[in-house]
Amino acid sequence: MQINKVKEKMTDLLSDVFDGATIMVGGFGEAGSPIELLHGLIDHGAKNLTIIANNAGNGNVGLGALIGQKQVKKVICSFPRSPKGITFADQYNKGEIELEVVPQGTLAERIRAAGAGIPGFYTATAVGTPLAEGKEEKIFNGKKYILEEALHADFALIKAEVSDRYGNLVYNKTARNFNPIMSMAAKNTLVQAKEIVQPNFTNPEHVITPGIFVQKIIEVKEPIIETIAIEEGLTYP
Amino acid sequence: MININSNNILKGWDRNTIAEKIANDLPHGAYVNLGIGMPELVSQYIKDDREIIYHSENGLLGMGPSPNENEIDYDLINAGKKPVTILPGGSFCHHADSFSMIRGGHIDYCVLGAMEISVKGDLANWSTGKGIPAVGGAMDLVAGAKNVFVMTQHLTKEGKSKLVKECSLPLTGANVVSRVYSDYAVMQITDIGFKVLQLNTNITLDYLKSVTEGNVYQ
Repeated sequence: MQINKVKEKMTDLLSDVFDGATIMVGGFGEAGSPIELLHGLIDHGAKNLTIIANNAGNGNVGLGALIGQKQVKKVICSFPRSPKGITFADQYNKGEIELEVVPQGTLAERIRAAGAGIPGFYTATAVGTPLAEGKEEKIFNGKKYILEEALHADFALIKAEVSDRYGNLVYNKTARNFNPIMSMAAKNTLVQAKEIVQPNFTNPEHVITPGIFVQKIIEVKEPIIETIAIEEGLTYP
Repeated sequence: MININSNNILKGWDRNTIAEKIANDLPHGAYVNLGIGMPELVSQYIKDDREIIYHSENGLLGMGPSPNENEIDYDLINAGKKPVTILPGGSFCHHADSFSMIRGGHIDYCVLGAMEISVKGDLANWSTGKGIPAVGGAMDLVAGAKNVFVMTQHLTKEGKSKLVKECSLPLTGANVVSRVYSDYAVMQITDIGFKVLQLNTNITLDYLKSVTEGNVYQ
């Protein structure tokens, strides 16, 4: 019997997601954002989610749409403002959604640390700023650092360019961004790939995320492009 | 607090001239991160006697200019989420590696804008204290880059000095700024104040002192 992590149906891919789950969402802006998986999550209906992502959605597609459906109770991100980030802004201004702002590099490193089994680390980023308040300080070689803790998740929603049935992933250009480190940090990594190929078609030298970090994969041949979707006024559902 | 009547604000260098001054101070072979907005102008003024490598913190080293309309690829964007290109010799990496370039002290220069800069080199440029807080990579850049250059107007439109004794806005970093390029002067931050490296010919040192809090010296 062969290992095969590929699912045909979105409902099979998302079947383990539960209310109150912490979910990492790959992408930086629209590049690498798993829009179809987020729409699948809207259909699934899980609520009270904590989302870890760089942004908090744009327009009414993908993460913006998930927030619009009031399925998210908290967002942990570095930059929750987008030109058309209406759904998050609306709920934030009404006090309906929690926000934890994290410097972008600290966010990336907290995610990386979780995937690498490192519970925390010291960093110079944010020392002396409001985002260091309440954090343990330590001096190394005369310079001040703050303690930051690893960020774990129950699930990661990942967008890749190519996968095989093992979940060996290759990304496209700057759509790589948070996807490889989130794949490593979550208990369950769920992937949408534009193309699923035979294992001997992924060059072992070029695999960015080795399959050990991936649990389930679905093929989405022509994913939505956020900019075009927003221009065309697409909303989901 | 210094507050000049807006009718008495002297005209300084335009933004292109400031960008050119910064470009001339970036050495051959430097790895540089340019902030979104005004700092992006710097790349237009790099002379042919040097090659500069641009880093975009979303995971691109060797960033090139904007693409033509028919070459836009929404998977190839910069930190401002605008389509860009990659130059020969460029590379992609994930976010933790990209920020290791910053946090690990590998980026030689970052150039960014400011709301306030203190005489101690504190920078405030991410939050007015109102609205939805959003920091992005600014705190990592100022903490990690070897040289932090600030490109800014000396005074706000209302005539308030941006160069202050103590920042009143939330800090991006404490004691992080290396040099300030304003429309009035180029100033190095030293242990004893703002050291003037270059003064706009329309501006006297006395005027510069009158629009700058903290010690200004030549």
